[in-house]
Amino acid sequence: MLQAESKRYGERAIKWLLTLCALLSVLTTTAIIISLIGPTIGFFEIVPGSEFFFSFDWTPQFEPPSFGVLGVVAGTVNVVIWSMLVAIPLGLATAVYLSEYASPRARKTIKPVLEVLTGIPTVAIGFFAVSFILPEIIVPLWPGQFLGGANGKPFMALAASLGIALMVVPIIASLSDDAMRAVPRGLHDGAYALGATKVKVATRVIFPAALSGIVASVVLAISRAVGETMIVLLAAGNTPNPTLNPVESVQVMTSYIATTATGDIATGSIDYKSVFAVGAVLFVMTLIMNVVSIRLVHRYREVYE
Amino acid sequence: MTEAGGASAPRNRLAVAGARATTEAMLRNQPRGDVIRNTVFAGLLLLAVVIALAGLLALILQALTKGSSVISPDLVNNPPSTAFPDKAGYRPAIIGSLQLIAGVLLFIVPVGVGAALYLEEYADKSRWWNTVIEVNIQNLAAVPSIIYGILGLAFIVRGPLDLGFILVAGSLTLALLVLPMVIIASREALRAVPDSIRQGSLALGATEWQTIRRQVLPAAIPGIATGIILAVSRAIGETAPLLLVGATVFITFDPTPFGSDGYSAMPVQIFNYALRPQEEFQALAAAGIIVMLVVLLAMNSFAIWLRNRYEQRW
Repeated sequence: MLQAESKRYGERAIKWLLTLCALLSVLTTTAIIISLIGPTIGFFEIVPGSEFFFSFDWTPQFEPPSFGVLGVVAGTVNVVIWSMLVAIPLGLATAVYLSEYASPRARKTIKPVLEVLTGIPTVAIGFFAVSFILPEIIVPLWPGQFLGGANGKPFMALAASLGIALMVVPIIASLSDDAMRAVPRGLHDGAYALGATKVKVATRVIFPAALSGIVASVVLAISRAVGETMIVLLAAGNTPNPTLNPVESVQVMTSYIATTATGDIATGSIDYKSVFAVGAVLFVMTLIMNVVSIRLVHRYREVYE
Repeated sequence: MTEAGGASAPRNRLAVAGARATTEAMLRNQPRGDVIRNTVFAGLLLLAVVIALAGLLALILQALTKGSSVISPDLVNNPPSTAFPDKAGYRPAIIGSLQLIAGVLLFIVPVGVGAALYLEEYADKSRWWNTVIEVNIQNLAAVPSIIYGILGLAFIVRGPLDLGFILVAGSLTLALLVLPMVIIASREALRAVPDSIRQGSLALGATEWQTIRRQVLPAAIPGIATGIILAVSRAIGETAPLLLVGATVFITFDPTPFGSDGYSAMPVQIFNYALRPQEEFQALAAAGIIVMLVVLLAMNSFAIWLRNRYEQRW
């Protein structure tokens, strides 16, 4: 092999500089983990793990305080379940429509519109959820006193759920559409040649073939919903309440962090440490989902690309 | 097909039309059940699309109807006020957001593009540490924004960097939050540049860096720019991490990058107005949302147009 005559120090320096840029991302993850671990260990020196992981009592402001994280995890589960019940069917139907049914022209308009709309800030969606979805849609449509009734409630989990659904439908639709379009044309044409109807091609051929990509998009959407803060903060109220009832007001992990760790919280206090303990739980939950989603995407890329 | 030219073109067209007519005639004889099922399914799909788009359209319309009454020069010229909501505005928040974004840009453009260049042009993909960096970036893109707030609070405001609750700390937190978006988009743009261009340049005697600077980077610029615009638009709209790193709400003066008296940002101010039940503040929140949506939707539309327009087919 030919060697350059000069040592090319400039070239090497550039390479190292670029490597540093890439390493910064690893550093960020390390910093996140370090900043979560320290105070979390401090937290468990005061609060026993059995209380934190197995109790539903989340009352940090009471005397004596109780730190049962399941109290806020339940709130998160409440909001996420109802949002996914709405967002998954809507998102997947939109994706199937875009990839199999839409004319090229309809697709060319709808897809960019959806992509632009993913840029709506969550504080705007939260405002919409609490000032429109709740009073104008949920309250009039809710069946009477079912589950305690929706009338006169200024906040509820369901309003946040529908707001989150609005946020993640474009994500599910766009990513699932990509996955379905990565299915080789041959599978599609082959099914038609065998006389399959359009419904069958879409639901029995394309959908299963793209399943890993579709599941990845749904898992990513769940991870986004679990980590969403502003919509829940504005619309779900902020009272710890371990229930899956959608018309109750709940506090979730993110809204606890956002309301407790504002500005002048004293470093080293039990409240300060509890923020990091809850943050650690949130980080681990979303990390697991993200890794699952990343691996699934890799799988369909390997199969079809 | 266009090269077929001459007399064969009309004949081809005739043959295609004939084939299509035959196929359509055959498909028309589908069993009734299938036809009904097809129609119902297509109808349901269309309904879902309409619901999703209508929900997002309703969001924009609601902000417009609620907030249009307070849209005036006061909205951007006046500081916030709890005592005189009819004169309150967003001035310090807008200035704060502009400074935050300037800082984000200064950070993400060199670091984001640099990391993407390393991963696409230099990294040996068979090495485990490069896989670690790659998966790590994909995961960072999906870490909840509030976790970045915790990182900012523990690492930038306090802890190792110890900057205090200043605007630069907020800027750095937002930059870390959107950095993975820039890296991922830039990598995709670099990957789309065909290898023949690199090999051609290297074969002519250019060094690796000359090849990247003069050939690869220029070809990838539209894709990289799209990623940067989308990242900045995300940073403008992000609220949760700023709540943790000291964006306070009622400052009535113009914030400065290193001022220790506090700073504000557009979404944080909107959030605070939205929390107040009085009609005037609700209208102010809606008006702020209009301002933000105009800016963000314009930026996103431009970014996506840019990507679709300059998506090169080599």
